[in-house]
Amino acid sequence: MSVLGNTTLKFSEEQAMILDTAREFCRDKSPVSAVREQLDTELGYDTGTWDEMVSLGWAGIALPEAYGGSGLGISALVPVVESMGRALLSTPLVSTALAAQMILRGGNTEQAERLLPDLASGTTATLALLENADWGDTRIGCIVDANGTLSGSKKYVMDAGTAQLFVVLVEHDGAPALALVRREQLADGAISSHTLIDQTKRAANIDFSGISLADADLICGETVATALGDVLLLGALLTAAEATGSAAACLDTVVEYLKTRKQFGRLIGSYQALKHPTVEMLTAMDSARSLLYHAATIVTDETLGKDAEIACRMAKAQATEALLFAGDRAVQFHGGMGFTYECDAQLYIRRAQWVQQQFGDSLHHRKRLAALLLD
Amino acid sequence: MSVTEKELGEFRAQVSAWMKDNKPADPGFLLPQSFMEVGSEQQLEFLREWQHKMWAAGYLGMAWPREYGGGGVEPVFQTIADQEMRRHLVPICFNIIGLGWAGPLIVDTGTEQEKVRYLKGILSAEDIWCQGFSEPDNGSDLGNAQIRAVRDGDEYVINGTKIWTTMGNYAKYMILLARTNPNTERKYDGLSFFLSPMKIEGIEARPIQKLTGEYGFTETFFTDARIPADCIMGEEGEGWKIAMKTLQYERGAEAGAAGGHSFVRVVIDDLIEQLGAYSRDGEPLLQDSLVRDQLVKLIIEEKALSLGDRRAGVGPLTTDYPFSLPLSSKLRITEYARRMRQFAISLQGAAGGLYVGDDEAPQGGFWQRAYFNSFSATIGGGTSQVQTNIVGEHILGLPK
Repeated sequence: MSVLGNTTLKFSEEQAMILDTAREFCRDKSPVSAVREQLDTELGYDTGTWDEMVSLGWAGIALPEAYGGSGLGISALVPVVESMGRALLSTPLVSTALAAQMILRGGNTEQAERLLPDLASGTTATLALLENADWGDTRIGCIVDANGTLSGSKKYVMDAGTAQLFVVLVEHDGAPALALVRREQLADGAISSHTLIDQTKRAANIDFSGISLADADLICGETVATALGDVLLLGALLTAAEATGSAAACLDTVVEYLKTRKQFGRLIGSYQALKHPTVEMLTAMDSARSLLYHAATIVTDETLGKDAEIACRMAKAQATEALLFAGDRAVQFHGGMGFTYECDAQLYIRRAQWVQQQFGDSLHHRKRLAALLLD
Repeated sequence: MSVTEKELGEFRAQVSAWMKDNKPADPGFLLPQSFMEVGSEQQLEFLREWQHKMWAAGYLGMAWPREYGGGGVEPVFQTIADQEMRRHLVPICFNIIGLGWAGPLIVDTGTEQEKVRYLKGILSAEDIWCQGFSEPDNGSDLGNAQIRAVRDGDEYVINGTKIWTTMGNYAKYMILLARTNPNTERKYDGLSFFLSPMKIEGIEARPIQKLTGEYGFTETFFTDARIPADCIMGEEGEGWKIAMKTLQYERGAEAGAAGGHSFVRVVIDDLIEQLGAYSRDGEPLLQDSLVRDQLVKLIIEEKALSLGDRRAGVGPLTTDYPFSLPLSSKLRITEYARRMRQFAISLQGAAGGLYVGDDEAPQGGFWQRAYFNSFSATIGGGTSQVQTNIVGEHILGLPK
């Protein structure tokens, strides 16, 4: 058996239609001018665009029909998120989808029935996982005590400014658990926003101390660990999807400039010093895309197996590297313009830095891949 | 005439059993990893015997017409036979220029006389074929070939030099691209295509020693070499068209090859398999976290190559830059192979400095030789640098 293992890649007609629609939608709704308009707004996204995405069914695309979704699974969400990444379109879609997956995979039927239909129809939600900068740290300092009272804070909570529901990783009774916190339960001043390197994104620190939880709003038991493991992988996968789209757009931006900018009497794209690394961007993006849609082929609503874990981690590692390279070279190849805020290269190099750390960097994933592949 | 899954399954089992029973024992000398590396009579005779045996058993040329030595069955049988050859790691089919390029060209476009004369000898390995395309001054620029062929009665007189002629010193025939008219407006229109004999007066094939220290190809000198006029394929001036068709077979873009695998695939599994034997800092090498990270990078790369082949077949996932995957495939695969093999040597500690011929060289110097040989693919068939220009210009639309 080869170490390459599972190498299936399938793409249904349904997925193709979704990709087509999503690409067109994101291109129309999110030209660079629209992206720039959102850079310093509080929410970071256009609520009208988000509402349209909800009405297209994308908020619930990955959720079972029983909970108001389309029942198409994560594999149908990947082309949407890739298209968003391509247009640098920020919305709470990924945060909401991941929070929903956590409830779907970890929660009981009552919780799923109560919460998921709302998320499928556009109520925003997010995960609150990290307490420090280390994605590999499994210690949990947020506690829900025997009385159901929460204490502790979370960092780097995506889309905290808009989320109506927070799925918070906590410890309860000595074991990992998930607290379901509604926005109105947060104390005044509980949210303090981060300034992010990627200005199309929003995240914050949140202090959950003092919140009282009903029993029904706590997810406990063995499902928590598997749900958490799965959602961390799905987070990596969706981040990879976004990064792959952004890398493709970054490449287009570079190619366009290389085809129009003249120096020393020649179009600069004719110089091999620029042409060859640009081809490297293409091949790195192509690899990322192949790994991405392989992963999209094999993830399901079931607990993710070893093949799916390998696929998600590889997709994230490769997409990160592809975008880091593309963003870095995009700035350099634009010369003096590249060093300005006005040049679009800044959007991609900033996106690259954000993508890199989100759900674990390349080393984080390769370290785990080594154990999966070599031991 | 449709073949059932059951028939194919039975056939696979039958070939598999045959390969298992007939796989030659280790001959005690190094066998070539590709058809480009046949460098000694000893290797040649061994491989000739092996190919003949596979053909006689009916596992080569299966889809070629029966009357010319083929099997006359559907191509899918040959595909299965080839897969089983690879799976059982049997020696390569060395006569690939005949089996894969010249042969299908003759099957598809040759005259009856040409088919009768050449095809059976290609399959049985009696007749070895070589290719005379590249010239010393015209490597990548094939259309500029300058070797001259001048009609003189019933013969053409050939003068000039070809280079990188794989098995030029062993071949009985050459597919030869030569200039019959130096005065055409377009350089391509002056070229003609010949099925030329090699063992005649006026042709000298001088073996070239390779980077690896081995031999495998020649510089081939034509000095007033006279070949029969009926060796021309098609008409005068059709050489470029026929050469392009030949390249389609060579690059696998056109089906029709007689089958057989022509090179040993070296994959990441081969690399990982040997690592159990090494240590680093007194600990098993495979426990070293830096080594592990490098290995995982290579595994990701090889997996992405494999998945790229699949994605290339999914239309909606190739709309960005159509053909970027197939057109960059040679570049990506050969550059990966080169780096992977180089890395393999770096893991061998002091033993990495040993070479083929040293009793203690790991795996007989397999990786050292494989690394050096990998340049035949990053240079041959268009260097990686030229390939990168092609991808940049044709796929991304960057200016020349």
